[in-house]
Amino acid sequence: MSELNRLTIAEAQKGMAEGKFSSVELTQSCVDAMQARADLGAYITPTPDAALEAAAEADKKRASGDEGALLGIPLGIKDLFCTEGVQTTAASRILQGFKPTYESTVTSNLLRDGAVFLGKLNLDEFAMGSSNTTSYYGNVVNPWQSSDKPDMALVPGGSSGGSASAVAARLCLGATGTDTGGSIRQPAAFCGITGLKPTYGRCSRWGVVAFASSLDQAGPMARSVEDCGIMLGSMAGYDPMDTTSVDTAVPDYTAELGAGVKGLKIGIPREYRVEGMPEEVEKLWMETADQLRDQGAEIIDISLPHTHSALPAYYIVAPAEASSNLARYDGVRYGYRADAPEGLPEFSSLEEMYATTRGEGFGQEVQRRIMIGAYVLSAGFYDAYYNKARRVRSLIARDFTEAFGQVDAILTPTTPSPAFGITEEPSGVEMYMNDVFTVPASMAGIPGISVPVGLSKDGLPLGVQLLGKPFEEVGLLRVAQAVENAAGFTATPQLMA
Amino acid sequence: MSITRETVEQAARLARLTVAEEDKDRLAGELSAILGFVEQLDAINTDDVEPLTSVVGATARMRKDAVNAGDYPERVLANAPDRVTDFYAVPKVVE
Repeated sequence: MSELNRLTIAEAQKGMAEGKFSSVELTQSCVDAMQARADLGAYITPTPDAALEAAAEADKKRASGDEGALLGIPLGIKDLFCTEGVQTTAASRILQGFKPTYESTVTSNLLRDGAVFLGKLNLDEFAMGSSNTTSYYGNVVNPWQSSDKPDMALVPGGSSGGSASAVAARLCLGATGTDTGGSIRQPAAFCGITGLKPTYGRCSRWGVVAFASSLDQAGPMARSVEDCGIMLGSMAGYDPMDTTSVDTAVPDYTAELGAGVKGLKIGIPREYRVEGMPEEVEKLWMETADQLRDQGAEIIDISLPHTHSALPAYYIVAPAEASSNLARYDGVRYGYRADAPEGLPEFSSLEEMYATTRGEGFGQEVQRRIMIGAYVLSAGFYDAYYNKARRVRSLIARDFTEAFGQVDAILTPTTPSPAFGITEEPSGVEMYMNDVFTVPASMAGIPGISVPVGLSKDGLPLGVQLLGKPFEEVGLLRVAQAVENAAGFTATPQLMA
Repeated sequence: MSITRETVEQAARLARLTVAEEDKDRLAGELSAILGFVEQLDAINTDDVEPLTSVVGATARMRKDAVNAGDYPERVLANAPDRVTDFYAVPKVVE
């Protein structure tokens, strides 16, 4: 059977339950797709043999009456999740060859429910970036092409760029991502797929390579809102191994799908109308609001006054936490260790071994952020920078709390632009602006989802973002599906398998 | 805030990073740009605002003070670049 790789998770579940095809056939179709589109660079470590073995196992389980939520569903795993016995790099040289001796909680949960893993997906090094151009293992290419410049390779966004590219190109049915400041939502928007960042604490961080611990959160990336709900139901849950994981029951995230938005209040924050934002972004945003109004929602103008402080505060908090988290990579316990300087038999000190290992093992963006972090945390600056940023963070969180007194969900654009070319990549602070709409929700810890709603004038996907109340992903997915239905986004990328 | 070469060297030392001579000026410029960008926070009055410590209002959970993992040196040392028996090994250094 052909093109099984193009099914949604819900469709594939139904097909397998009805005996129309097996997980081995479905998985083989994804493996063929991965080989056909290896040029996208989406996978760092494909594991086709293990995937087909797991698929055969899933078929056996199904034959004996097992019905796991994801039984036999082939998924890609962002290479930030530790997978037992399978190389886990965080897209960094410093973790080249690292084979964890344990499985992350999120991937354990997916395996428990019968998922089949196709391999480890590329990302920005240590999840730091918005273009997937900082990976030691090469750039990821967006499967979409601009009608204006069809020969130009576009970025998939980042940091979960491999996940977004693979889901969009049909190289897996769904993928795990992680989101620290927009790393699920921004690449989902750039690649025309759906990506959900759950509430901080909803998914365990145990076994996920840490970037900024007070912000990092795992979430699903897939080709429908329903698929994101199915995946989250498996990924989420309390974990004693993560002290910030929250001990509340995992609901059925698909329970309210189809309930519509009649009577719901949707907020439009005025601060998300930024200077220089292309007209087409604003137009799709307003069209989406109109569609929700047509379906019976009440559209309310709201204000989130500290929106524009989120990005500068983020660029203190995230590097500060990263500099602490990445202190563990010292060439002693795992990963890369530098050789002694040329012509010398040994290092002059242990510290020189650490510094040389880290200088050679980390890429430029990671080094930049570690140094910023070390600087803002250093004696005399801690209060002025880190504590100031944490105070601002309280104000950002308060804005959302007050807004949610008025509205059920908030609607914004996901990104200020569609995907850009790998060679026309902005630098430094300009690059950081990609995350201007996604960072505020990260700082407040609330859930957010990006849904594709249309194409730019050059035929590139654009998404809108919906933000919800903490731990109310069920309702957020309900609104997201109403947006999905109204937008009817069926366009597919040019480089699809 | 303008970052000097000396500040770059200081931050690199704190971060245990070897930075090549020829990269120091570039880094000084890049770090200055980022710190310049975050400086806009100074304009926000946060006098009566507590620093946010937990986005979900979680409190630290207690657990029994008991060993719940360990005694598997092979797993712990499996990825070590160098080891001697059940210990991590580091290169001999001249002190």
